[in-house]
Amino acid sequence: MAAQELLRIEGISKRFVKPVDLAGRIANMMGASNREAVVHAVDGVDLSVAEGEVVALVGESGCGKSTLGRVIAGIHEPTEGHVFWRGQDIAMMDSAARQAFTLGAQMIFQDPMSSLNPRIRAGEIVGEAPRVHGLVDAAGQAEYVATLFRQVGLDPEYRRRFPHQFSGGQRARIGIARALAVKPKLLVCDESVAALDVSIQAQVLNLFMDLREALGLAYVFISHDLGVVRHISDRIFIMYLGRVIESGRTDEIFREPAHPYTRALLDNVPRLDARKRSFSTVKGEIPSPLNPPPGCHFHPRCPLAGPRCSVEVPRRTRLAEGRIVACHLADGGVAAAA
Amino acid sequence: MAEPVLAVDNLATHFFTRDGVVKSVDGVSFTVAPGEVLGLVGESGSGKSVTGFSIMGLIDPPGRIVSGSIRLKGEELVGRTEAEMRAVRGRSLAMIFQDPMMTLNPVLRIDTQMMEAVHAHEKVSEKAARDRAVQALAQVGIPSPEERLSAYPHQFSGGMRQRVAIAIALIHRPALIIADEPTTALDVTIQSQILAEVQKLCAESGTALVWITHDLAVVAGLADRVAVMYAGRIVEQGRVDDVLDRPLHPYTHGLIGSVPGEAMPGKRLAQIPGSTPSLGRLPPGCAFEPRCSRAVEACRAGAPPLAEGPQGRAYRCINPVPAEEAA
Repeated sequence: MAAQELLRIEGISKRFVKPVDLAGRIANMMGASNREAVVHAVDGVDLSVAEGEVVALVGESGCGKSTLGRVIAGIHEPTEGHVFWRGQDIAMMDSAARQAFTLGAQMIFQDPMSSLNPRIRAGEIVGEAPRVHGLVDAAGQAEYVATLFRQVGLDPEYRRRFPHQFSGGQRARIGIARALAVKPKLLVCDESVAALDVSIQAQVLNLFMDLREALGLAYVFISHDLGVVRHISDRIFIMYLGRVIESGRTDEIFREPAHPYTRALLDNVPRLDARKRSFSTVKGEIPSPLNPPPGCHFHPRCPLAGPRCSVEVPRRTRLAEGRIVACHLADGGVAAAA
Repeated sequence: MAEPVLAVDNLATHFFTRDGVVKSVDGVSFTVAPGEVLGLVGESGSGKSVTGFSIMGLIDPPGRIVSGSIRLKGEELVGRTEAEMRAVRGRSLAMIFQDPMMTLNPVLRIDTQMMEAVHAHEKVSEKAARDRAVQALAQVGIPSPEERLSAYPHQFSGGMRQRVAIAIALIHRPALIIADEPTTALDVTIQSQILAEVQKLCAESGTALVWITHDLAVVAGLADRVAVMYAGRIVEQGRVDDVLDRPLHPYTHGLIGSVPGEAMPGKRLAQIPGSTPSLGRLPPGCAFEPRCSRAVEACRAGAPPLAEGPQGRAYRCINPVPAEEAA
């Protein structure tokens, strides 16, 4: 890929620790053994995004895709690992460079109603950040906001309205305009179209693609919807319980999924052209991230699991250029290790 | 052709609010044959859920069924008293909701709730009711049902809760189940498990199913026939293959084009401009006319009449999508 690397993360882990509460500590003094609960939300993920590229994070609830997105957008500090913005480690940055990163990577959230302040007018929601950061002066704010509104397909007349006076699709557009206002290079979209009706979702997806072309934006697109992901992304990272189990170019993964979980996901996607089908199912449910199974996290549900899978964490195996899978099947088989 | 389990004829459910009359359902007609799965598809506010609630007799003021008829196995449901409806609900007619916590009482154990459902319509012993509950749980694929029976709803995962809700709906082997977006909140692999169970159960028991959803792809995989709703009306219905392969109504055509993953990746989706109209202020003609690319002068004049074709195919459009564009 000729495009320049915009963001790279290496060995990112994010753990959330729930400390033992007072009652638990008192019980411990009397001989109980309450321990703090640790959730490995993200476990050793490497990923890179080139300028203008769309990378998708895919997985089911609790797989850590949203947490990873927040680490990428600079909202969460990673517990372990490094984030590099244009080749520079953000932990080592001076404040000016750090600000370039925080403005350069913007997040768009799933539910615009809970991410837009209900008491602030749309124009101020969009215009506040660029004014504060000196991208535009107070006199030029109105014109700047009007331009952004037009860019996302909203009538600039609406800037005096409050968030509740908009429809769901329009609110999504306000969230996008707010993110664009600080001239980012990377948008992290966390299930940004999941709550929208199909016809409105199509409009917003088209808007994302128009913006990518017009502004050269890169996206990290977080979604559980493989149809959306296939449509919009260049590369996919498939996550399961905090780990990336397969990654590669979108068309290749859809053509030849290598990991049994990826295969199951693709088989289970409802499709318009699959009529009166029998639904193939993966057995079981997603285990709790508080208490993930040992070895390969997927092994209790995997139809191809062998003795090795419950013992050894699968290594990342390179299948081809840019194509990685973490499965024992691609790395010597599932029989017990000698 | 077999006598339909459900025949809805010209149903109209309106809500009389302070801001005027909201015609949530306005002249909806369809039938469901025994063992048949009908997909009722539409976007938010299209009236698909209100249609489901109307059939169940669950419309509360300010809403009411203003006209039309709903016949379940030939018997009229419109105009029944609450007591009469209670005798039908749960026995020959059951509903599964989007959020299973709406069906389940959070402070009662599963066995209490399931046995209550059995006792509501049949006089049987505690033991027999318990056996029925175990059987129903096993039927929907809940592992070790006897132990799980004494758990509370919050001890189940979302997918398992939905299975319990389905098990309760199935307890009396109803003739018809209405399912209102029951898999929308679930993960893909769990959704697939539920769809597989439902498909199997309907095939085994001959229960007819009305599956209300916004997801055309789910309907494609599950349903025999599909009815597409827009602004309180069914704008197109017919067999799934006919409607999805050769949509006649521009709205159906637009919806199909809006589904990502089917169109060429990276290309623009064939979007429908604008957004769904407010039901309080519908245009005088066809409700879809302001968003429609095929609209002509006559569309603004009056609501388009129902055009009927073979095999239950019907649509409301005076300028339907020609065959060469539909493909």
